Amino acid sequence: MSNENWQLYEIFIRSAKGLSHRHVGSVHAADPEMAIEAARDIYTRRNEGVSIWAVPSSAITASDPDAAEELFEPAKSKIYRHPTFYEIPEGVENM
Amino acid sequence: MGALATNTVERTLDQDRFDYLLHLGDNALVLGQRMSEWVGHAPALELEMAVSNLALDLIGEAQLWLDLAGRIEGEGRDADRLANFRDALDFRNLLIVEQPNGDWAFTVARHYLFSLQHLAVVERLSESRDEEIADIARKVRPEIAYHVKFARSWIERLGDGTEESHARLQRAIDRLWRFTGEMFAPDAIEERLADEGIAPDLRTLEADWRAEVEQVFEASGGLDIPEVKRMTLGGREGHHSEHLGHLLCELQFLQRAYPGLEW
Amino acid sequence: MYTTDLRSAEEKRKAARAKVVEDPEKLAEFQARIDRDEFIEPKDWMPEAYRRTLIRQISQHAHSEIVGMLPEGNWITRAPTFRRKLILLAKVQDEAGHGLYLYSAAETLGVARDELVDQLHEGKAKYSTIFNYPTLTWADIGAIGWLVDGAAITNQIPLCRCSYGPYARAMQRICKEESFHQRQGYEAMAALMRGSKEQRRMAQDAMNRWWWPALMMFGPPDSVSIHSAQSMKWKIKRYSNDELRQRFIDATVPQAHAIGLEVPDPELKFNEETGHWETGPIDWDEFWAVVAGDGPCNYDRMDARRSAHDEGAWVREAAAAHAAKRAGTRAA
Repeated sequence: MSNENWQLYEIFIRSAKGLSHRHVGSVHAADPEMAIEAARDIYTRRNEGVSIWAVPSSAITASDPDAAEELFEPAKSKIYRHPTFYEIPEGVENM
Repeated sequence: MGALATNTVERTLDQDRFDYLLHLGDNALVLGQRMSEWVGHAPALELEMAVSNLALDLIGEAQLWLDLAGRIEGEGRDADRLANFRDALDFRNLLIVEQPNGDWAFTVARHYLFSLQHLAVVERLSESRDEEIADIARKVRPEIAYHVKFARSWIERLGDGTEESHARLQRAIDRLWRFTGEMFAPDAIEERLADEGIAPDLRTLEADWRAEVEQVFEASGGLDIPEVKRMTLGGREGHHSEHLGHLLCELQFLQRAYPGLEW
Repeated sequence: MYTTDLRSAEEKRKAARAKVVEDPEKLAEFQARIDRDEFIEPKDWMPEAYRRTLIRQISQHAHSEIVGMLPEGNWITRAPTFRRKLILLAKVQDEAGHGLYLYSAAETLGVARDELVDQLHEGKAKYSTIFNYPTLTWADIGAIGWLVDGAAITNQIPLCRCSYGPYARAMQRICKEESFHQRQGYEAMAALMRGSKEQRRMAQDAMNRWWWPALMMFGPPDSVSIHSAQSMKWKIKRYSNDELRQRFIDATVPQAHAIGLEVPDPELKFNEETGHWETGPIDWDEFWAVVAGDGPCNYDRMDARRSAHDEGAWVREAAAAHAAKRAGTRAA
């Protein structure tokens, strides 16, 4: 018996204003405040962050890798969603 | 310097500043040294990171104060010289910071009671008329504010955790309280510096400090402030507890064993 | 280094017997993914043996980081200057951080950190043999940074391309952060070698004691290292123990000479033809004895970790109890 019910939290760090939070790893903490403090000490000690999210790992729902085909394959054929699908007459620039 | 010089009537402002900076530097150095003793032995892996950061902040702070002290003294002593070649009689830190770590409750209680005063002092110092002192104070203020927050959150967890943690914390507070009076009892040097607008008047800080402590203790499972008939003083005059000498033995070992070398 | 397979032959045989039968089609598909240099991510299908190998290797690596805090931590309060003290604190802190990144990576494989830490404390898990040697003088701090971290980095850089995503990402972060570790150690050694007679003696003595254990960190020679082939195939390991060891020797010997340190090996010589430094024989009996628990500090290290853990139990319980009370209040 080690961590007496400390929870696992997933940690997301915003490295600079204007960027999204990005997953960096996890910490063990008894409460959310401790999770933030631990994340600060572990993941931002070289100035890597301006904001931290701590989310209980148990609250994350992940997609099933076995369902990857049905989830993600259909998007591959929808090439008309990309600008490169369209032809623009020569001489027209910057569209 | 230090204890001897305070007996003479005529002291220059620089002598006062020097001694006061030793006081600030020694507080941070001695507590930083204590905190670093936890490294590798903390109660949880996440706390290994926390104690190292606290120690890094304090030792970095000590270096700033002591380097400035050395510059004001003008005799070529830098922070390393001042840290390693003074005996206990010339260390001017508060007694509370040199008390041995004990258990996590003792460390947390010591850290909370001192850091709360430390933050109040540093906040006032960041508006000091002495620009060099104010610069350092402004630089370290956010670090100390974090120390207060960190220590307070642990007072709450242990005070309002289990029966055992509450008892351990209360025991720590009972033992440490006698050293809290000194945090608000200025010596003649600090009084003169307060008159000059350089250092804060410590007596004006005590009421706020006490109010917060009472409030946090109350919210932390009802911790009691013990009755202490007589506060223990002496740190500023170099009259320490038995513990400081041992701490200095470790701190100064290499420099004393092999003086005058580069490392 | 922290990752070489330290199990005894008996332990390996036992693990092999516990083999599960995997669907050959899935196995082939898995191997094809690895061969295409795809990363394997936590929820992906993976053979049980791959999972177990990773859990063993990553947790052993994490334990090594945590136990590795102790020999250097031994000198924090005695570091000779503010500069050295701050550097050493930051470095030992990094080791705790790296241990945490690695436990975090191991946990993605469906094992709890508590379980791994318990295995260490019960003596069921291994950690790098190097940390069972004592730090006797200040020069040992320089020697550890330069030689031990130097060896670690040599071993760890290829792991940044390991097939398991979370491990590779942890290693990338660790390698980036550790780049100062070796340099600060070498700088500290160089300072001693520029110093007094006593300081040079300290430095050479540390070199004499740490050189051979540092070479052992890469693990047993390829001729007896049975486990490597499968790990190579899975791209958990990319170079053999001997290859990495040679790389380290070739890089380190000139560094020693540059600051006037002697390498404690009368048989050391440079082979003009191959362009490599050749060393005398490594004492593998010593290595296996230390793995089995008979190093100078095995008991000290485990006692220190266990007592930190045991004495911290009431703290962790209290924090959990407080959190539960608060959650209760909020829900009410």
